[in-house]
Amino acid sequence: MNIWGFSISEARVINYDKNDKSIAAQLSKEVPDSNLCIGCGGCSATCTAGNLTDFNIRKLQMSIKRGETTEAARELHKCMLCGKCLTVCPRGVDTRKMILTLHKLLHN
Amino acid sequence: MNLEGKQQIWKDYQKEIADDKYYYARSCIRQTFFPGSEWAYLDILGNKLGKTVLDDPRHTTCTGIGYHSDVVPIETIMTVVARHFALMTEAGFENMTPSCITSFGIYTEILHTWETHPETEEKTREFLWKATKREFQKPKNLAHTSDIIYKFRNEIAAQKKYSLRDVHSGRPLQIVDHIGCHYAKMFPDKGIGGAEFPAVLSGMVTAWGGQSVDYPERRHCCGFGFRNYLIMANRGFSVANSKKKFESMQPYEPDFIITNCPGCAMFLDKWQYTISEMEGTTYGKNGYGIPVLTYEEAAALVLGYDPWEIGLQMHQVSVEPLLEKMGIDYDPEAKYKNIKGEDMGQPACPTYLKV
Repeated sequence: MNIWGFSISEARVINYDKNDKSIAAQLSKEVPDSNLCIGCGGCSATCTAGNLTDFNIRKLQMSIKRGETTEAARELHKCMLCGKCLTVCPRGVDTRKMILTLHKLLHN
Repeated sequence: MNLEGKQQIWKDYQKEIADDKYYYARSCIRQTFFPGSEWAYLDILGNKLGKTVLDDPRHTTCTGIGYHSDVVPIETIMTVVARHFALMTEAGFENMTPSCITSFGIYTEILHTWETHPETEEKTREFLWKATKREFQKPKNLAHTSDIIYKFRNEIAAQKKYSLRDVHSGRPLQIVDHIGCHYAKMFPDKGIGGAEFPAVLSGMVTAWGGQSVDYPERRHCCGFGFRNYLIMANRGFSVANSKKKFESMQPYEPDFIITNCPGCAMFLDKWQYTISEMEGTTYGKNGYGIPVLTYEEAAALVLGYDPWEIGLQMHQVSVEPLLEKMGIDYDPEAKYKNIKGEDMGQPACPTYLKV
């Protein structure tokens, strides 16, 4: 039992030198419009899955760009592919194609 | 580098510190957790350096903890600080010397705000008059009490009874410093060395025979940060910051940590116990922690004050290994006895941290 009511937080460090950015590079090649993302979060705001779970597309694409693929792979299956995000994106990013490509890259 | 040029640049990192006649503002945390530390400061200034210091019983908290936790509005804290200045003016003093780094930051911030937004000063004067019928002059000189000790470090060195050296090997003690964030990170020109080249504590320990270690996380926050600590759910973040610092300084095998901020002294001292209970980790040698001293306690030890008289038994991390290294004569039996020689009782023994 934790008598303290809190525990020591782990350091939150993003190591750009060691992280694997090959997935991000491949995604950029296969879905070029993913590079247009400005991180506005409109996709997350309209996301049906995000309304019911802690799924967050904006965070997902950020994790991929940072090379933090383990967390992204764990989150990906929460998307229901409804495509609402696609309709609200101000930059016209094909978010559904982005999710399907990530499925292929991360799970193959 | 051209030495002349270097000295010229260093001048930009100095500050003006008054010579004498200080109005003293106590610290909420320091006088609660390390009361002997403030007593030692007053005694050193009055009896060793022959300075005039007014320790005013009418003085109150600056409410900085409430201000930084968003429960005290800025108009309120400005009026409280204005009252402090009024007390100083009424007592005939012009030099304000707060013991607390938070108060020092608060006074600095408020004086700066009054300078850049004079209407806030006018409003504060009005509030103070309505509430207390008092008027005030702004201090001519504002210096933290560690600035005062820094200013007189060589005078203290001239009277020293012990050096910051290991008497057994003759090597200078390896000392890591930690400077409170609100000392110079908000207003770098108000601190000696600014935020980049912190010299206020390293200058002291070097003058007293020790060696300052420039460890990687020297400028990192101790993690206190008021709201980080006040809410229990955030304390994991608070302790993680101290842990980062301990891990950074441990490879240099420091003999002690010196701090100028009351909150930092408390957290760096007590979190060592918390981390040891949570993870079984200790950062000193042979299961001990790294002792944490305030600059007043370090000065008092150098000047030959009795360790128990300056309240070192109030520390969580045991200071005895340090006292033995410095060759300080102390009575282990007197550690938990009061001034009348009566037993005060002993704290419970930690599971892992050796005391």
